[in-house]
Formats: sequence, C-alpha cells, structure tokens
Amino acid sequence: MDLGPYLLFASLEGLVHAAVLSLIALGLSLVFGVMRIVNVAHGEFFMLGAILAWWVSSFVLGNPALGFLLALLVAPIIAGIIAMFSDWLILKHLKYDPEATIIATIGILYIIQQAALMTFGPDARPVEQPFNVRLDLYWFGFSAYKFFVIFASIILLLSVWLVMAKTKFGLLLRATQLDSETAQAFGIPISTVYSLVFGAGAAIAAVGAVLIVPIQQAHYLMGGEPLLLAFIVVIIGGLGSLRGTVAAAVLIGMSDGIISVFFSPTLAKILATLLVVFVLLIRPNGLFGTAKV
Amino acid sequence: MKKNFKNNITRRKLMKGVAAAGSIAAMPGFVRYSQAASSSPIKIGFQVHRTGIGAAYGRWYDRTTQAAVKVLNDAGGVNGRPIEIVAEDDGTDPKRGAEALEKFANQHNCDVAFGTLFSHVVIGSAPRAGELKLPYFVVSEGHHVASGMLNRYTLQPGITDVKSQVQAMAPFVKENVGKKVTMIYPDFAFGHDHRDYFSAAFEAQGGEIVGKVPIPPTESSFSKYFPKIPRDTEVIYHVMVGPAVLTFVKELGEFYGSKSPKLFGFIDSLEAVDLNTPGLEFLDGSYFWEGNPRYAQANQTEHDKFYRNAVGVDANGASVSDPKDVSTYAHMFGCWETLHIIKKGMEESGYAGPGDRAKLIEAVESMSNMPLSQAHPQGAKIFNGKTHQTFGHQYITKMTNGKLVLAHTTSIEDTFYPDEVDYTKQSF
Repeated sequence: MDLGPYLLFASLEGLVHAAVLSLIALGLSLVFGVMRIVNVAHGEFFMLGAILAWWVSSFVLGNPALGFLLALLVAPIIAGIIAMFSDWLILKHLKYDPEATIIATIGILYIIQQAALMTFGPDARPVEQPFNVRLDLYWFGFSAYKFFVIFASIILLLSVWLVMAKTKFGLLLRATQLDSETAQAFGIPISTVYSLVFGAGAAIAAVGAVLIVPIQQAHYLMGGEPLLLAFIVVIIGGLGSLRGTVAAAVLIGMSDGIISVFFSPTLAKILATLLVVFVLLIRPNGLFGTAKV
Repeated sequence: MKKNFKNNITRRKLMKGVAAAGSIAAMPGFVRYSQAASSSPIKIGFQVHRTGIGAAYGRWYDRTTQAAVKVLNDAGGVNGRPIEIVAEDDGTDPKRGAEALEKFANQHNCDVAFGTLFSHVVIGSAPRAGELKLPYFVVSEGHHVASGMLNRYTLQPGITDVKSQVQAMAPFVKENVGKKVTMIYPDFAFGHDHRDYFSAAFEAQGGEIVGKVPIPPTESSFSKYFPKIPRDTEVIYHVMVGPAVLTFVKELGEFYGSKSPKLFGFIDSLEAVDLNTPGLEFLDGSYFWEGNPRYAQANQTEHDKFYRNAVGVDANGASVSDPKDVSTYAHMFGCWETLHIIKKGMEESGYAGPGDRAKLIEAVESMSNMPLSQAHPQGAKIFNGKTHQTFGHQYITKMTNGKLVLAHTTSIEDTFYPDEVDYTKQSF
C-alpha cells in the first residue's frame, strides 16, 4: 500500500480506537475527579456492557439495528445499577478511603468477572452490526459502522460536557469535586452524588462497550486491556480533567493506530507506557491537570 | 453466668470444627482408594479448557469425551472396569494446567491424564507429568511432542501434529491456489510451528513466502495488521485461535472485499463459528484445512456417522440441540480416538493400577497401524512409537454455497517426516 492511503487507514483505525477509549477513560476520570477513588473494576463494567449488549440483542429478532438500539439503552443502565449497588454495598462503608477502595475494587473486579463467566459462559459472543455496509475506499475497505462509532462517541462526549457545564446536577458534581466537605455544608447530598457518579462512570464505559461489541466480541476477559489503556489516558490527561482525558485518548488512540500499522502494536503499547513515565516525571498532574493537594 | 456463656460458644465452635473436618474428609479428593479391586473404575484425569481463551474447544472436547466414555463403558469399559472421567478446568493457562496434573496424580489418584489442546498448556504441563510419572495423553496438534521437547510420559496418539499437516498442505496450495504466500499466524508456539514448517515445505515445493504477519495471542482487533500484507501476495494463509477469531475473519473481509488475494485457511480460524454469520460471505470459494470435515460429506463413512451421532453433532457440524452451537469438529475427534487408544493400551498391557503406568506407555509405543474404524472415525492412522506422534490423512475443503465441501484428501505418507527423537530410549 502507498504511504498516503496507508496513513489514511492508520488514522481511521486510530480514530475508532480513540473514540471508544475516550469514553472508557472518561468514566474512570469522572469517578476519580468527584469521588477521589481509583476504580480498578472499571474495565469489568466495560465488559458487562458488552456482554449485556449481546444478551439484550439476542432477544430481539429481525433487524439487527433494533437489538442494537435496545442494547444501547438497556446495557448501560444495568451496568450503572450494578455499579451503584456495589457502591452502596461496599465503597460507602469504606468511607471512600483511597487505599481501601483500591483493594475493594480489585475484589469487585474479580466478583464481576467471575459472575459474568458463571452467568453467561466463557464464549466470545458476537453482536451483529446494526448496518452491514462496507465502504470501498479504493485502496482498502472500511466498515461504515466504524464511522458511526466515532460519530456516536463525539455526541456522547459533548452531552457529558453539557451536563457537567450547564445543568444543576453538573453544578453539584463540580462543587463536590472542588471541595466535598464544603459542598456537604451547603446541603449537597454527597452520598447520593457519589452513588450517581459511580453509576454514571460505569454506564459511560458500558456505552463504549456497546458501541465496540459489533466490531469485536463480548468475552468475560475483555475488561483487562481497556482498563490499562484508560489508566494511561487518565494519567496523561490529568485525573479528573474532562478536556485532558479526551485529548489524551485521541493522542493515545491515534498513535496506537499509526504506530501499530507502520511498526508493531507491541511498540505502540511500549511507547504509550513510556509516555506515562515522562508525563509523571515532567508534569505529575498530567497534561491538563491542575495542581491539587 | 458470663463464664457459662463463653463455654457454650466454645462448645459450638468445637461442633462446627468437627462438622467442617467431616465435610472436608467427605470431599471427593480425600476418598482413599486403598484397594485396587478389579471392579474399581479406571480414573482418567481430563485437563479441560473450560474457561479462558480455549473455552469453545473445551466445551466440545468435553462433549466428545463424555460420548466416547459412554460408548466404551457400554461395551464393557477397560477389562470390565468402567472408565471414570475426573475433569479439572485449567483455564487455558499453563500454570493451572500443571496444578491440574498434580491434583490428578496426588489427590484423585488418576491412572492417566488426558485431553489438553492449547500448546502453551501442554508445554507448561508436560514436565510436571514427567516428574509425577503420570502418562499424559495430549490432543494438541503441536509439534512439541514429536520434536523431542517433552518426555516419555507425554504422548499424542489421537491427533496429527502441525508439522505433518502443513507439509501435506504445501503441494496443494502451490498447485491449486497460488505461488506467493503471506502467512498470518498467532505469535506463540502453535503459530510458530505453522510459520517454520509451512514456509520450509512450501519453499521446498518451489513456492515463495512473501510476507509473515505474527499476531499476539491476546489481540482483539486485527485491521491494523492487514496493511503489512505485501501487494504481490497471491495467497493469504491464515490460522488464528482464541475468542476473537470471528473478528479476525470479518475484518479481513472488510479490508479486502472482493479484491482479496486467494485464501487458504486452517479451520482453526473459524472453529466453533457459524460460517453463515453475516460478513463472512467473502469466504466463498476459499480453501480450508480440516482435521476432520465439519459438514457430513458425500462419501461419509459409517464410522463418522456413528461418531457424529454419539457426540450429538448434526450434518452441518453443529449441536443437534442448538444449530447455533457449532462444534470444533476438525479437532475434537482426537479425544474420541485417544480414549479408545488408552483402553486398547491398558488391555494389551494388562494394566491393573498406577504401578503399571510404564507398561501402559510401552504398550502404546508398540502400536502402529490404526485402521479406519469406530475407534478411529477420522480415518486410518500410523502411530510412531519412537516420537510418540500419530500420522494420518488430512482434508482440504472448499467453501461452496456456505458449506465446506471436500476437495482433496492427502495420503498418510504425505505427512511423514524423519524422526527427531526416540523417546523409547529414555528411562521411565
């Protein structure tokens, strides 16, 4: 393949990757920003979204788009409810202590993973693409659905930003993020906010999973890699910064796409991890993070 | 009063402790088999990929094993002793695989171990089998048995190895598909066997390998590898394993559309996958290696009919109870045949208990011709006792109207290569 089309292909692949990655990382970043906890189980909520998407869409016969739309609606809600339940059952009782919650979320990770294995089985589950159109770009073909993934992610990112910036709920979130004790003194129901944020973080990752599952497949072990990449993104972008998360996701996604295509996917991961080291050394709060104690 | 209460608790605790100890003693692993009575079952430890990346294979290896054991037990078992399968999930993980063998040998008191497919699990477990002196019958296809890498306790009598398979494919690919081949394969032992032995055999035929594209076994998206396929490629040789195989083939179709080079694939790339899944239409006309043809062919033997029926597989290679549940038909016959070989070996050696394990291995090593029969429904085989590896017919099918139709059957001689080891010279 010539350099031009080669680069185009690599960039398109990178964009799809970046789109889904920014959704996953956004959920992780939101939870850290507001609740100040590191959610190690985040990748499992992503996996739950994917498996639930398969489960929900398998009930809908006929046009695959109907099953997909239903999954897009239902899977994130169920994943969110499960997250809120684990917050209510476990994290709340640990008083959101940063170290204890890391251990607790590692536990949640295994519980969700094994529960998914026991409930839905160990097989990779395909979800049919809502529309099966192949765009012939002369040098190579590209699935039209992949463009839809990019588009849908942008819409979702914009709406999260709108909620954060323009709504009352967003105001409560930002207040809690800034100073939870003062916010509580002003009558903001912190525990409700925490619970909703934890649920929303999981639901956003689940949306990313529903979008990706017609391209990949749902599998109970699929949560590991996105978690690692999401951490890389969040560290580079600055924990708790929405803008930084998106920027870092595009950076990592694109470089992963391009380096993978031109060199090797392993090299792409090595470089991303190296970048984390440099960011931590030079700008410990991330590219867009602001210094906080 | 207070003291009394305390005493009460202690007594309760004591009761609990007694109950717990009792229930542990009642657990299956703690049953003591002191008697080697002639009626006690032959225990076969079944190392099964119930979870992890090999789960689809594990499910069907399990069904085949259960079916074979039922057939064997209905016919009187081994010298009148019934076969009992002790299954342990290895999570398709080498470390857990080795632990499973330990449990078979030390806890369950199994006579032999059997059933592993994924090459990294075999390679991780076999040294432990040698240390435990536990005969280990693998159903893996890897060349690691015949290469001399393992030990006298590890045998592969029921399925052929990659080296012999790809060697038999090379002439067909060159004559019927194309002369410039790019190989796509998983980047671990199994894929490396393909890379090394196919490229050697193909170049010996006068063909040319123009590209090699290794893919890490944990990969979930594949498009980014396809631009590495050189433009002058005439044939893409693909072999992929794991839960993402469907994604791999779909993305290959997406990338090339109708402008694809010709395809020659190992069915591993589509084992347990429904060939009529949307997005796979582009495979029509492409060739596949199959260890055993998934679709019942026009020249189906009565033995394949019997075997297919016993395992519960329909003429399309799917479960009779769920047409969406597609089998791993090209590989799972190996479990059926291996169990029949274990039975034969035990009967010929007069096997009575774990003390006769060496005699069992010698009996299997002395086997050679295995004719097409109910015990060998995939076809006739020739077992090489020195290399612990069996050799047999290979099938090439062509995707025609959504079904795989037999195009060529290789001879057993096509799969021979010079011995690389003589395990019979190793001591027990």
